[in-house]
Amino acid sequence: MLQGLVLLLGFQFAGELLVRLTGMPVPGNVTGMALLLMALALGVVKEESITEAAELLLKYLALFFVPAGVGVMLYFDLIAREWLPIVVGTVVSTFVVMAVTGWTEQLLGGESD
Amino acid sequence: MTDLVANPLFGVVLTLGVFWLAEQLYRRSGFILLNPVFVAICGIILVLKVSQIPYADYAQGGKLVLFLLGPSVVALALPLWQRRKQVLRRKLPILAGIFAGALASIVSAAGTAWLLGGSHQVVLSLVPKSVTTPIAIGISEKIGGIVPLTAALVVMTGCLGAICGPEFCRMIGLKKPTSIGLAIGTASHGIGTARILEEDRLAGAVSGLAIGLNGLATAILVPLLWLLFGWS
Repeated sequence: MLQGLVLLLGFQFAGELLVRLTGMPVPGNVTGMALLLMALALGVVKEESITEAAELLLKYLALFFVPAGVGVMLYFDLIAREWLPIVVGTVVSTFVVMAVTGWTEQLLGGESD
Repeated sequence: MTDLVANPLFGVVLTLGVFWLAEQLYRRSGFILLNPVFVAICGIILVLKVSQIPYADYAQGGKLVLFLLGPSVVALALPLWQRRKQVLRRKLPILAGIFAGALASIVSAAGTAWLLGGSHQVVLSLVPKSVTTPIAIGISEKIGGIVPLTAALVVMTGCLGAICGPEFCRMIGLKKPTSIGLAIGTASHGIGTARILEEDRLAGAVSGLAIGLNGLATAILVPLLWLLFGWS
C-alpha cells in the first residue's frame, strides 16, 4: 500500500517537474499518468506494486472533485449576469461533444471487434 | 467558534460527511439525477450559505481532499494499462474521436453562447469548458476569457456528463465501452470519468485517457483556429 502511494505521488511529482522544465500545456498529474504508463510498459514498475493504492484512490475519485465544485459558489453572480448563453451553451455543447466523439469513434472502429 | 470553522478539520468532515450522505441517497434511490458529486457540491454550498461560513474557511479542509485528486489522476494509468490491448486495437478511432470532439466542443460552446447574445468575454470563457481544469484555465487566460467563470463551467460540464452521460450515449446508439468512455471523457473530463469508471472498467480507462488527450487536442486546436480565422 505504502509503496503504491509513494509511486503514485512520486510519478505526480515527476510529472510536475517535467511540466515545469518543458512548459508543456498539460497538468502535472496528467503527465504523471503518462509517465507511469510508460514505466509500466517498460517494466520499470510492476502492476502489482501500485494496484492496492491505485484501486483505493480510484474508488473515491468522485469525492476528490467535490471541493473544486464548491468553489463555483464564489461565481454565482458572474454566471447569473449572462446565465442564458452560459447555461445553454454549456449544456448544448456537452451533448454535442459526446455525440460527435462517440459517433466518430464508433464509425471508424465499428460497433464490435 | 470561528477558529474551529477555519480549522481544516471542518472542511474535511463536511466534504466527507456530505459526500457519504449523497452516496447513500444515490444508492437507495437509484435516481441518476442524484449524482453524488453534484448533490454533495450543492449540499455543501447550501450548508455554507445558510450558516454564513466563508468559502475561504471551508477551503482550508477542502484543499486537503482536493490534494488527493493528483495521485488519483496518476492512478488512472492502472485501468488503462490493464485494458491496453482493447484500447490499442482502436487507437486510430480513439484519436480521431478526441480531435473531432475537441473541435466540436470549441465551436459548439462558443457558437451557442454567441448566438444567444453572450458577451465576447463570456463566449471565450466557454471555449475550454470540456477540458480538465488546469488546462482549461491556461487556455481561458490566453484567449482572454474570464478565468474563474471557465473554472466554474468546467465543473458544471463535468457534473452534466456524470449525471446523464452514460444514458445519453446509449440513447444515441453508442454500443462499445470504448465509444461510450471516449465520449464521456472527452466531454466531461474527470468528473464524468469518475462515474463511468464505476460502471465499466474499459469505458473508464478510455475516459481517463481522453482527459489528457482532449486537453492536449484543445490546447493545440485553439491557437490554430485563432490563427486561421484571425479571432481575438
